[in-house]
Amino acid sequence: MEKILTNTPNNKYQHIQTAHCENGVVTVLLRHHGLDFINEPLAFGIGAGIFYVHLPFLKVNNAPAIAFRIMPGFIFRDACKALGVKVKRKKFRSPEAARLFLDQKINEGQPVGCQVGVFNLPYFPREYRFHFNAHNIIVHGFENGRYIVSDPIMEDLTSLSPEELEDVRFARGPLAPKGQIYFPINIKQVSEEQLKKAIKKGIRKSTWWMTQVPSQLIGARAFNYTAKKIRKWRDKFGERKGGLYLAQIVRMQEEIGTGGGGFRFIFAAFLEQAAEILGNDKLIPFSEEFTKSGDLLRANAVRMAAIIKGRKTQQQNFNEVAEAMSEIGELEFQTFKKLRKLSL
Amino acid sequence: MKKDKLPQDPSALNKVTREVCYVKDDGSKYEQSLSTGWKVKADALDEAWKEINRRIEDARIAVEKGEKSPVLFFMELNLMDFPTLSGYTGFWKFSIKRHMKPKVFRKLSEKKLGIYAKAFKISIDELKSFDGKNIDKYTK
Repeated sequence: MEKILTNTPNNKYQHIQTAHCENGVVTVLLRHHGLDFINEPLAFGIGAGIFYVHLPFLKVNNAPAIAFRIMPGFIFRDACKALGVKVKRKKFRSPEAARLFLDQKINEGQPVGCQVGVFNLPYFPREYRFHFNAHNIIVHGFENGRYIVSDPIMEDLTSLSPEELEDVRFARGPLAPKGQIYFPINIKQVSEEQLKKAIKKGIRKSTWWMTQVPSQLIGARAFNYTAKKIRKWRDKFGERKGGLYLAQIVRMQEEIGTGGGGFRFIFAAFLEQAAEILGNDKLIPFSEEFTKSGDLLRANAVRMAAIIKGRKTQQQNFNEVAEAMSEIGELEFQTFKKLRKLSL
Repeated sequence: MKKDKLPQDPSALNKVTREVCYVKDDGSKYEQSLSTGWKVKADALDEAWKEINRRIEDARIAVEKGEKSPVLFFMELNLMDFPTLSGYTGFWKFSIKRHMKPKVFRKLSEKKLGIYAKAFKISIDELKSFDGKNIDKYTK
């Protein structure tokens, strides 16, 4: 195949760096199709990305699964649905068929999203390569024997050889991508009315997830559940393993892809934009509350780091972390409840 | 987060990219800003890696003592857990656990060894001959 680049109407849309990969893919693909208003906080908010969950029985990298964001794939699905954009998805059994289809799409000038595993992604530093299979990249074209790739968390465009791309598209294990490829079809212009509706829908959905799910493991209540667990970790597992579990929380909360403060700052930015688009100033105080929540989470990360590094390892230190966790949970629960009652 | 509070600490990402964070100042709006890293999360990542290396070392010793087969060592070396290795090999968890017994491992067919070797990206000989010594080439 010779040199091919998807002909974007405006070249700068080939790559947009964002905090989170899924938001980035939504942003770039929709902008490519002329929906210029979309940006990361909007994609995240409309896709109802904010979340909290603690699954003690599920282990990720030998520590309990904790997430500050909704399940992989949901942001893309919900954001496109709310904006009336249809998405075509395709999985493959054979790598050859997967490559043929990809080539065909970029030949047609259509940039496509690909689900990939991180473990074999060559441009990532080794320290960040875990078996996480729900990373998203956009393939833009083919040049000098390599695919042009826009990875939303990278500052610049990058590239992968056909073999490398096949490797990451067919990573195995939990959430195996199976070469999944996806792209929007039939895009119509989104009217202002529709955008407003989509924003309201996103807010409504987030408040539902955070306050209405009848489980102590999901939503704002789950912060309190985590707090209860943290209090027991030192006695149950000892300082080292307890510290490792805390390290898991810190990483899920602050690592690259979160925008800082467990996605709370992105959500606060979304509410700020929502206030402007909806012409509703009542949303501004809510945005400030989530900024506060993010700041509290970061302050708690500093506390946890002291335990992780072995500077402070008393039960009292674990209790302080737990205390802060409950406090954040209470703040988020009340804020989401009020937000749910707010007439938008 | 306040704009001037955005940390710019060294991290493992430094040669690769900076990351986007969302910051704002009093009275202004949220905006994107780039950060090189944050000491706090670098510590957390560092600790996670220490644990991984500890697990690899434990596995190496177990293989050296003849308590476990090389499958365990290469599983830990590749940061895999049972669901992941299951995904790559198609074996069930209990089969993999069985294959970790040296006695069972010695009797594995070439075909099964080949499947493991492919999952670990090594040759069958390397897998078979691993005795828990000379691991420098794996831990670059």
